[in-house]
Amino acid sequence: MSSAAKRALLAPVVDDNPVTLHVLGICSALAVTTSLLPSLYMCLALTVVATLANTAVSLIRHWLPNSIRIIVQMTIIASLVIVVDESLKAFAFETSRELSVFVGLIITNCIVLGRTESFASKNPVGLSFLDGIGNGLGYSVILILVASTRELLGAGTLLGYTVFPQVADGGWYNPNGMMLLPPSAFFVIGLIIWAVRTWKAEQVEKPEFRIHEVHRTGAL
Amino acid sequence: MGNYVELFIKAVFVENLALSFFLGMCTFLAVSKRIQTAVGLGTAVIVVQLITVPTNTFLYHYVLEEGALAWAGLPDIDLSFLGLVTYIGVIAAMVQILEMVLDRYFPPLFHALGIYLPLITVNCAILGGTLFSVQRDYTMPESIVYGIGSGFGWALALVGLAGIREKLKYSDVPAGLQGLGITFIIVGLMSLGFMAFAGVQL
Repeated sequence: MSSAAKRALLAPVVDDNPVTLHVLGICSALAVTTSLLPSLYMCLALTVVATLANTAVSLIRHWLPNSIRIIVQMTIIASLVIVVDESLKAFAFETSRELSVFVGLIITNCIVLGRTESFASKNPVGLSFLDGIGNGLGYSVILILVASTRELLGAGTLLGYTVFPQVADGGWYNPNGMMLLPPSAFFVIGLIIWAVRTWKAEQVEKPEFRIHEVHRTGAL
Repeated sequence: MGNYVELFIKAVFVENLALSFFLGMCTFLAVSKRIQTAVGLGTAVIVVQLITVPTNTFLYHYVLEEGALAWAGLPDIDLSFLGLVTYIGVIAAMVQILEMVLDRYFPPLFHALGIYLPLITVNCAILGGTLFSVQRDYTMPESIVYGIGSGFGWALALVGLAGIREKLKYSDVPAGLQGLGITFIIVGLMSLGFMAFAGVQL
């Protein structure tokens, strides 16, 4: 595999992660993560849409007039999402009900449009295909991390199987109900970002304002 | 009248699009650094919501829904699978029109919103509002109230966050949490606050 292809595929997973670094596509990332199973379907759906949309946009990039490119990209993405949505309804009806409007919202997921706009419209088909998979993976990593944390701490289960037996069923684990509520998703993502940036220090944002050293250390 | 007020309150606080459904997060985090821009974008979202939610609900009930085309003599047609493309098309067109109107009549606001207005097209809060309205089978007046309410709730959360982030510059945040990380945690705390409204019955 050439280095460009490897970069397109692997960079979005940690170094250039669409969620933690570029703040893209977190709307759905947060909403479906109360348990692991719907999140896995969501990852699959997004990866498929991102990959196919990238490939399609890359295929027509030389014939696409600049002034109407956004609307064309939106139409391609919306059509792909309809296909994914209908297939989910056909093969995984229960999960599709659980995901409710969030499959439809892949259309407005900034990762998909962001990648078709900034990568696929300028790069050859093969690379765009890999870039789509790579960004799908980067999104999936975060989603799976958040979902497993929330399901494990909130209900003591993973994919519905008991990992921590709950006190109510004679076990030892007292579930943290807040993990199943919306605020915890923000906390978990905030902490993941903190962890990633401590590991990859170059991702740290420069503070807009700096408190004077004297006040910071209290040396005065 | 009472149930419209209840629907409005519910859309603003209990089912806040940003804080309990996580919709429109990308713009929510990107545009919440200054109160002034936040107010501008918030207003734009309320206006777009007010136009698109009822329009899309109308289209669903009279064109797309199964049997909706009975008025045209085609009672057997079910076009609901075309919903997503239709909604996003309507939203994109509305945003484009709003952009032109602002450019013509309110240039300062147009410049203030700058690149963020096109972003409304891909703002999940807008599409989400439409999808919720269709999924919950709101009637036309209900969808108007829901459109204003959900837009207002989103704008309220945005301006609130912008206010907190303006004050945040006085605080000493650990390096790794700087910027995005601390913002997420603040939004989490705000969401916790809004959850207190969940038990409110009118």
